[in-house]
Amino acid sequence: MSVGIVSYGAYIPRYRIKIEEIAKVWGDNANSIIDGLMVYEKSVPDMDEDTITIAVEAARNAINRAGINPEKIGAVYTGSESHPYAVKPSSTVVAEAIGATPNLTAADFEFACKAGTAAIQTCMGLVGADMIELGMAIGSDVSQGAPGDALEYTAAAGGVAYIIGKKNTVADIESTYSFTTDTPDFWRREGMPYPEHGGRFTGEPGYFKHVTSAALGLMERIGTKPQDYDYAIFHQPNGKFPTRVAKMLGFTNEQIKPGLVVSRLGNTYSGSCMMGLAATLDIAKPGDRIFVTAFGSGAGSDAFSMTVTDKIDEVRNGAPSVEQLLANPIYINYATYAKHKGKIKL
Amino acid sequence: MSVPRFWRRLKNLYNLIGTRCEKCGENYYPPRNMCTRCRRNGKIVPFKFKGKGEVLTYTIVHSAAKDYAKHTPYILAIIKLDEGPRLTSQVICAHEDIHIGMKVKSAFRRLGEESEKGMIYYGTKFIPLETVK
Repeated sequence: MSVGIVSYGAYIPRYRIKIEEIAKVWGDNANSIIDGLMVYEKSVPDMDEDTITIAVEAARNAINRAGINPEKIGAVYTGSESHPYAVKPSSTVVAEAIGATPNLTAADFEFACKAGTAAIQTCMGLVGADMIELGMAIGSDVSQGAPGDALEYTAAAGGVAYIIGKKNTVADIESTYSFTTDTPDFWRREGMPYPEHGGRFTGEPGYFKHVTSAALGLMERIGTKPQDYDYAIFHQPNGKFPTRVAKMLGFTNEQIKPGLVVSRLGNTYSGSCMMGLAATLDIAKPGDRIFVTAFGSGAGSDAFSMTVTDKIDEVRNGAPSVEQLLANPIYINYATYAKHKGKIKL
Repeated sequence: MSVPRFWRRLKNLYNLIGTRCEKCGENYYPPRNMCTRCRRNGKIVPFKFKGKGEVLTYTIVHSAAKDYAKHTPYILAIIKLDEGPRLTSQVICAHEDIHIGMKVKSAFRRLGEESEKGMIYYGTKFIPLETVK
């Protein structure tokens, strides 16, 4: 029996800031940034939201979508690069808040933007080995971008939770493949509030090399080609990178369109690729094949191949869709954004 | 709130777990160990509230205690849960939207923190029911 996704849930804070508003403060050309990044606005957490609260809301949506008994969850792993505590797991709070404690294992993951998909792979292993019945993998972030840095235009907030199991799957995962190297394209030192990055060098030796290597590696391993898939999702730090890498690999714009949510959301880091998959599952039909490749700086890529099952139609409306979560945003100005993000110290 | 006090109340704050008297059906939040109606004849058991209710009354706090100063102005409301009990909580919504009778549901939020290096307190606040979140 194969391992797959039993349920999923997303959460996006309601606040948004437009690229024009950020560009106005720093004297940048908004149109040039929008054209370059293909991002129009990004989500902003409320003053009382962080990686843990977002992870809990996403996890509860995943529980509710398929009516999962939380006591059957044997592992909770939360991937993030903005865990509120340096020491004290986010995952124990999540596990307690969804009623999965105390008979489970839990830990926090960190691998830039792909910590959540690494958590999915870990859950696949535990479920596949029959060590647990269900595992929960979460990607959640309130990502940081220094004031005036290029990252500030895209660093957003959001989270997605996936419940991995063998029975009643909405999508069966056929295989997963990873490609990892030591690439210093992006980092944040202990105690530092904002990350540093290698500027334009984050592209070729970082994103494109790892995403294409993982994607091609997986397709070669299982003998598939881009035309075999109905949809594809690639990590979306902006709109340009996933669009370009899809073309490089031979995927079409139609295949990536449902999962390309970055233009209205920004980069939710550990939630980014997983949010694109959630948006795609929201509209997928039984039998559809989906190709997913996440990327995390540092650097590595996790690729997945999956097929949607008949169960998707039963659970689809059990929790808010990504489209519903993106609807009715509250737009804020830069001063309010700075207050929400803790950039103003009282 | 001290760390031990938060830790003891953590399950109640995260998941709105109160108590119920199985003899008379009265629900309590925060939890009570004894039924105020049945006294020693009551049978108290844990009870998880669904997290939906309505605003009975509210105020907008402009001048807050030091720990909440950066959140002002914020809405503080008395909410009647669908299962009966009333509790005081922040409601997260636009100030022009809050009204008596507003239907609300629970949301998981930060309640506060001890200090920049101290414990973060998580728990339940309320948001309008009509939003998708």
